[in-house]
Amino acid sequence: MYLSRLELSDFRSYPSLAVELPPGVSLFLGLNGRGKTNLVEAVGYLATLASHRTGTDAPLVRAGCDSALVRAVVDHDGRPVQVEVLITPGKANRARVNRGPVSRPREILGLVRTVLFAPEDIALIRGDPGERRRFLDELLVLRSPRMAGVRADYDRVLRQRNALLKSAGALRRTGRGDLATLDVWDAHLARTGAELLGARLELVADLAPLVAQSYGRLAGPDATGPARVAYRSSVARDLDPDQSREHLTGVLAEELCRRRREEVERGVSLVGPHRDDLTATLGEQPARGYASHGESWSFALALRLGSYELLRSSIGPGGGPILLLDDVFAELDSSRREALARVVRQAEQVLVTAAVSADVPEQLAGARFEVGAGTVSRQP
Amino acid sequence: MVQDLIDELGRLPGIGPKSAQRIAFHVLTADPADVRRLAHLLVEVKEKVRFCVECGNVAQAERCRICLDTRRDPTVLCVVEEPKDIVAVERSREFRGRYHVLGGAISPIDGIGPDDLRVKELMVRLTDDVVTEIILATDPNLEGEATATYLARLVKPMGLRVTRLASGLPVGGDLEYADEITLGRAFEGRRVLDV
Ligand SMILES: Nc1ncnc2c1ncn2[C@@H]1O[C@H](COP(=O)(O)OP(=O)(O)OP(=O)(O)O)[C@@H](O)[C@H]1O
Ligand SMILES: [Mg+2]
Ligand SMILES: [Zn+2]
Repeated sequence: MYLSRLELSDFRSYPSLAVELPPGVSLFLGLNGRGKTNLVEAVGYLATLASHRTGTDAPLVRAGCDSALVRAVVDHDGRPVQVEVLITPGKANRARVNRGPVSRPREILGLVRTVLFAPEDIALIRGDPGERRRFLDELLVLRSPRMAGVRADYDRVLRQRNALLKSAGALRRTGRGDLATLDVWDAHLARTGAELLGARLELVADLAPLVAQSYGRLAGPDATGPARVAYRSSVARDLDPDQSREHLTGVLAEELCRRRREEVERGVSLVGPHRDDLTATLGEQPARGYASHGESWSFALALRLGSYELLRSSIGPGGGPILLLDDVFAELDSSRREALARVVRQAEQVLVTAAVSADVPEQLAGARFEVGAGTVSRQP
Repeated sequence: MVQDLIDELGRLPGIGPKSAQRIAFHVLTADPADVRRLAHLLVEVKEKVRFCVECGNVAQAERCRICLDTRRDPTVLCVVEEPKDIVAVERSREFRGRYHVLGGAISPIDGIGPDDLRVKELMVRLTDDVVTEIILATDPNLEGEATATYLARLVKPMGLRVTRLASGLPVGGDLEYADEITLGRAFEGRRVLDV
């Protein structure tokens, strides 16, 4: 798929923008603070209904305005689909497909698929486990939109269960009645948790070889490697991705039972996929704390490129995602830059931003756009 | 005084400060007869409509219309969250038994546990051995499911047939929004809960 048109109204720094985009490589050049990241952020929002750099929607709306509109025409094998979302902070988003409203914005997930790499992604290697869980879950939803529901259910069970555990004092005082409701939440946590856990295990099994391959391509044969990722569950080691959901439910239920006292004492849920991590090792050492800046950057990039390959192969020709690369070249040495250019040149569409055009290798030929204050214009 | 009205309105469910303000100013400019009729109705509803002592449904007397109807099957009990769910189930015309209204669903976030619902009343109704099946028709969302699981485990030792509406209802939704046909099918295809 590729975006043939992007329109923004009061999104970030753009009062009103309409730009036609070609398939293949598009390069967006402009000085710092001109709105390059804002562009890729908008495209990413259509794909995930969230921003990669803010958890709340308020910053997405141009200062002084009530709502922001992101609209795009996405070409699926020659079939154009218009998708749009109206973002109004404090209210539910409203989405439309081909001008017709959809009942829930979540229904547009999957129409635009993107893989975005941004400077914030360094946190995938250096940040907390929460960053890596979010990475996995976003990828899960891109691969299978149904997972958005599982994710939401799990969060809800967790919130309900934590609320119950927090009133642990009362729980002990009143005795059986409340403990019986804890049993009920345990059952729900084990069941939804197993679905999420199972899906993540399958995902990592598919992703790991692609990440290693992408890192190898970027870094070349002489660099430290390989880059390995593995899922680390907080409940059991060496969980097999082929294990049935029933089995995983049992594993979680058992662990919940074993740690019940501790959970009641501490008043939080200690068992479940919300405590898991994705480990990253480079050669023999954990990437976190050992890898150099450029290596960490390349590893994070390899996670994104691996995701891209995964989505492309799982969805089939024509449905592959759009690649968004924000400020990726500046931090890489020249051989990695060239390797990256070779890899991304094959994408059906890739939007690349850079502040300094000299950072972008020449092989990455394509359309060039100049980003000014609130404007984007194609260069001849 | 206007501020008092806004504050009062803002305490109603589903009405935020902005809506409260809008309604208050609407009242100020509305026809006095319209306002009087609304005020009268509020008082009258509160005075005349009560909750059935048996099932918790809205009633005009001590017992509701359904509990008083001798043609209804006393051996099957349908457990719902709110009186409005009874309206939805009645519309489907699939169910000829009686009801029990819980008054909500278990939700620790909102501080609602079994003791805040009409669970004890349900247990009392089950002691006289007339009821042989209870249908758990709580909402098809997480809290509704959790409440159903809780109740199923609670009544299991009594040896009743405990069923749950068949799937097919819009997940995450409210029972009252399901259309008659879907709801009718869900009743017909109800399955025995195994907990
Ligand atoms: N809600 C908003 N309303 C108005 N302007 C905003 C809003 N949010 C961000 N901006 C402006 O957008 C600009 C940042 O744009 P963006 O992050 O896209 O820059 P950039 O071109 O990627 O720069 P760099 O090269 O430094 O990464 C800033 O000048 C910021 O003030
Ligand atoms: Mg930027
Ligand atoms: Zn009654």
